[in-house]
Amino acid sequence: MMSQMIIANRLIDGLVIYMGPKGEWVDSIDKGAVFEDKQDAQRWLIMAQQAVEDSVVVDPYLIDIDTGGGENLPVGARETIRAFGPSVRTDLLEDAEGNGG
Amino acid sequence: MYRYDEFDHKLVQERIQQFRHQVKRRLSGELTEDQFKPLRLMNGLYLQLHAYMLRVNVPYGAITSRQMRKFAHVARAYDRGFGHFTTRQNIQYNWVKLEETPDLLAELAEVEVTGIQSSGNCVRNITSDHYAGRIKDELADPRIYCELLRQYTVLHPEFSFLPRKFKIAVTGSPKDRAAVALHDIGLRMHLNDTGKLGFEVLVGGGQGRTPIIAKTIREWLPPEHLMAYVEAILRVYNLSGRRDNIHKARIKIIVNQMGIDQYRELVDQEFDRIKGDAKGIPEAEIQRIKAYFAPPEYEELPDFTDKLNTLRLTDKTFDLWMSSNVAEHKIGGYAIVNLTLKAPDRVPGDITATAMDAVADLADEYSLGEMRVNHRQNLVFVDVKQVDLHSLWKKLGPLELATPNLGQLTDMITCPGLDYCNLANARSIPVAQDINKHFVDVDRLIAIGDFTVNISGCMNACGHHHVGNVGILGVDKHGTEFFQLTLGGSSDEGASLGDRLGRALPQEEVPAAIEAIVDTYIDTREDDERFLDTYRRIGMVPFKEAVYGSVDTKVVA
Repeated sequence: MMSQMIIANRLIDGLVIYMGPKGEWVDSIDKGAVFEDKQDAQRWLIMAQQAVEDSVVVDPYLIDIDTGGGENLPVGARETIRAFGPSVRTDLLEDAEGNGG
Repeated sequence: MYRYDEFDHKLVQERIQQFRHQVKRRLSGELTEDQFKPLRLMNGLYLQLHAYMLRVNVPYGAITSRQMRKFAHVARAYDRGFGHFTTRQNIQYNWVKLEETPDLLAELAEVEVTGIQSSGNCVRNITSDHYAGRIKDELADPRIYCELLRQYTVLHPEFSFLPRKFKIAVTGSPKDRAAVALHDIGLRMHLNDTGKLGFEVLVGGGQGRTPIIAKTIREWLPPEHLMAYVEAILRVYNLSGRRDNIHKARIKIIVNQMGIDQYRELVDQEFDRIKGDAKGIPEAEIQRIKAYFAPPEYEELPDFTDKLNTLRLTDKTFDLWMSSNVAEHKIGGYAIVNLTLKAPDRVPGDITATAMDAVADLADEYSLGEMRVNHRQNLVFVDVKQVDLHSLWKKLGPLELATPNLGQLTDMITCPGLDYCNLANARSIPVAQDINKHFVDVDRLIAIGDFTVNISGCMNACGHHHVGNVGILGVDKHGTEFFQLTLGGSSDEGASLGDRLGRALPQEEVPAAIEAIVDTYIDTREDDERFLDTYRRIGMVPFKEAVYGSVDTKVVA
């Protein structure tokens, strides 16, 4: 089922964040609010703009989400990579002190 | 190596202080993102897919072991333990925090590197031959002129807000390892009819969505007039460049539309006007800068070739590495060693903090504490004693820095692509890894010989796909990543742009397509002909047929 979420970068460290169910910002796509109604999503996006004004987030926008499998899965490579990180050398991301070049 | 004087230190410290205030004002809400963005970009700070990315200039690619250790420290303390060397001889960090950036920049300033002008519409890091000062065929050390230009263009008030970014490269060798013809200004040293050293000046080259090979604007320019002439080119560009359309704002578009003759006329008028002023570089200043790049005190060493040959006979892997990764040094008994950051499964150009520290230690032990990074995303030890080569090789192996593939098909230039970059349409790194997995036979890679594969995740061409013998461009087709191949590109002294092969391919078909191209080349080449020469001789059709089959050839012609 196709729904929407609001994604942004957190101003202080640039990390990817999603708007949560109470308008708060969460760091995992699993915890983000899912909007099934497009008008509803637009209304929350206006609220996200307030977080821009308040210097909390940068560049919030709506993304399409497939919730059919019981998980919040972004549609398309770009948002999938933003949600789950680079698709390569994920070991480096977890273990910063891996061997080699 | 150049060392900062009091003015350099003061300038950098003032800039960091200024940026610290700007960050503070941004975090407090005093500055909006629109106001802050050009300020952070002027210090090399981008906001990418996952976080802030900091691009740090490595002037002309020269790195001391002390700087490399600092790069490692920054990777650990401010990022996630690794960095990425780019095609502009820079290093990028992928997860820096805005609030920590001023401290990070202050740490980098301790070793005399900065992010100043690594982004923005200004003169970017001036790049050069990674063998500068160490190679036999060189007429003079290009780093001297890179440094003069760096000092002249950093925070130059007139050239801080150009219509678009501006890239300069300098080579002192007839063999072009710096891709000068793909730059806004390319400087190529040569001797005039009377034997005096000067520069051929090229202008209007570049890649991106409109790739153009630079044209010669002046056949020979005396070095003392370098600044005045570059200033004239920049001034004409600054005044005539388009600011209304980002895609038409680079100097290459202006030169192309105006024609090189008219552009030359305007530049010459300006040059004639200013060259009589105090714009000539005083000889004393050239000598002062030159002194920083004086060769180290080399030992008188016997030639070790015979003993190396014996070692090579006993160890095929060492022999392969010697053949591909070691270059001749201008001083007898020494060698230049390339450390490829292209091991299978690795991300081209990426290096961990641990490896950076190890490389710094090895540079101290084996390369007089100095190394380079080149535009093909590899590192270079420039002063290795031949007698030490075997010992160095044994230590590089466990670090995965001795992959014997320099200049071969698996030594790919690869931009960060959609795994990191906000502009990308497709991933580049997985394509490089697929190709690496496909071409595992070392003997076959040697049989293929010189063969460059360059991959970009979008038409901005950071992965230099236009000038790869095989170029790969990632495109987005209705949400799916596809890859457009080009053939026949080259960035050397005979630079050429690749020609489009045909319809874009899905990722899984790319390695087989390259295999088909390679097979066609091997079957068709004459004697020791390189792929590039075979392509130039026989043209596109046989390769197109090999990849798409005869039916598709008609469709994509």
